[in-house]
Amino acid sequence: MFSFCSDPSSLEGLAWLSCYLTTGKHIEMYWALGTVLLLLAITAPTALAFGFGGAMAARSRFLPVSLFGRAYIAIVRGVPDIAFFMFFVIALDQLFEVIRHKLKCPDWPQDIWQGNDFVVCPEAKLPLGTAPQWVHETYGFFLAVLTFAIVFGAFAANVLFGAMRAVPRAQVETAEAYGMTQRQAFWRIIVPQMWVYALPGLSNLWMVLIKATPLLFLLGIEDIVYWARELGGAKTARFSDYPHPDWRMWYFLALLIFYLLFTRVSEIVLDRIMRRLTRGQATVAGEAQRKAAA
Amino acid sequence: MSCWETIADYGLRSLGIGERLLPRSDFTLCQQFTLIGSGLIWNIYFGTLSLLTGFFLANALALGKAARNPLLRKPAEWFIFVFRGSPLFIQFFFAYFLFLQLKSVYPFLAPLTAASLGALIVLVLNTAAYSAEIFYGALMSVPKGDIEAADAYGLTGWRRFRRIIWPTMMRLGWPAYTNEAIFLFHATTLVFFSGFPTTHQKGDALYYANYFADKTFNPFVPYPILAFYFILLTLTIIGIFGAINARLNRHLPRVQQPRIRLLPQFLR
Repeated sequence: MFSFCSDPSSLEGLAWLSCYLTTGKHIEMYWALGTVLLLLAITAPTALAFGFGGAMAARSRFLPVSLFGRAYIAIVRGVPDIAFFMFFVIALDQLFEVIRHKLKCPDWPQDIWQGNDFVVCPEAKLPLGTAPQWVHETYGFFLAVLTFAIVFGAFAANVLFGAMRAVPRAQVETAEAYGMTQRQAFWRIIVPQMWVYALPGLSNLWMVLIKATPLLFLLGIEDIVYWARELGGAKTARFSDYPHPDWRMWYFLALLIFYLLFTRVSEIVLDRIMRRLTRGQATVAGEAQRKAAA
Repeated sequence: MSCWETIADYGLRSLGIGERLLPRSDFTLCQQFTLIGSGLIWNIYFGTLSLLTGFFLANALALGKAARNPLLRKPAEWFIFVFRGSPLFIQFFFAYFLFLQLKSVYPFLAPLTAASLGALIVLVLNTAAYSAEIFYGALMSVPKGDIEAADAYGLTGWRRFRRIIWPTMMRLGWPAYTNEAIFLFHATTLVFFSGFPTTHQKGDALYYANYFADKTFNPFVPYPILAFYFILLTLTIIGIFGAINARLNRHLPRVQQPRIRLLPQFLR
């Protein structure tokens, strides 16, 4: 990176470190931090959408839909989330491949499950065997996002379901008295007001989501955990210009600090949002704000 | 081979007792049930021990956080912030590599690098931090009247804490603590997927479920079995904690006793 880095073995102290921390591999690790942020940026709204759908389904007056919504919410309670992560990544992949298999090769002679093997025709493989490396990586990332969205969507659905019920009943009754239909009352009265009730739960969920991002590693993505293990391992002078002993501890310490800072910043931002949303609401906190201002 | 033989061979496989080789082909449902169930022993081991130890540490930390003396308060606050603010997964990795370094300097610390001790320590500290936050919240919401009444009776210091404040704190914090216990048991599945290695394939329930899913390319059998076991485990925890909750609130009429509500909240 820097011009003085051409001969690392002659460097000492900080100069050495500045060169070491800017090698190509380290730059890739910094990009992996970007992957984490990208995952959060995509997953959070997707999970919220899943959650909204789940909560609406659970509220439905049509019994099968309501049961489906409630089952979706309930299922994440009893089972470790990490089991869901590992399950959905394989299950979704197989689901997509089976659908493509049925569409693309309807007259394939063999079974898909042959003993312990899962075989679909080559055209149905996802991604195609001939696809370049980046397609494989993007597909893996897409599966991970979908898995995160399904699991966290269930959490979000639980929060939103509770929040919708927390909107005072009188509000809806007033809407009905003004002649609004159920649907109008839902979109114009409940949805705008539910956020203040949902926010504590959703901010908790956001923290949980931040802390779940290292699990990307388990889903086979080259994320920061992967790089920390890769770069931290002992390097000998034969294979590297920057020989060092086992430094994985320090790499994980750095990750620990990264996550702590991230959590802290999120806490401060969410606190601000909460204060903004509480303004003018008929809750204890809203009342306290009004009194403080007066 | 009948199912009983499988149970005899693999029932305690996770502890290293029984058949040495894991099944390699022709997986039966019985084998999957037995091995995953056998792995559950480790989850129960980690969960129970860290919960019991963490409980005492959590009480101390909660009191520390509530203390007026900054020498007590600041360390407790930082401890809670560090363990609640970072992912458990990263904590496991960091602890494992830290223990590896320690081992190379002081060889007698070698047992720390085994999951059975090293991961247990991380889990104890982690659950202590989460529970301390719960107990601290409960301590802050002990009704003022209770303390005034204690003062009026002339109770002070330790006796006031032991007889009045602490029981109320437990009562208020218990429902949230039940949740914490459930999610702690769920968190134990992370142990063998972080740095801590398995020796001779002695793993936990998720380790074996993952083994079967990898070998059969069929996630639809082992993971539901795992889910089944964990739902049973969760129900057991709710039962035990519910009984303790009833005992804590035995002075209240039945209808007023607070119910334990389950909140899905913690993936650490």
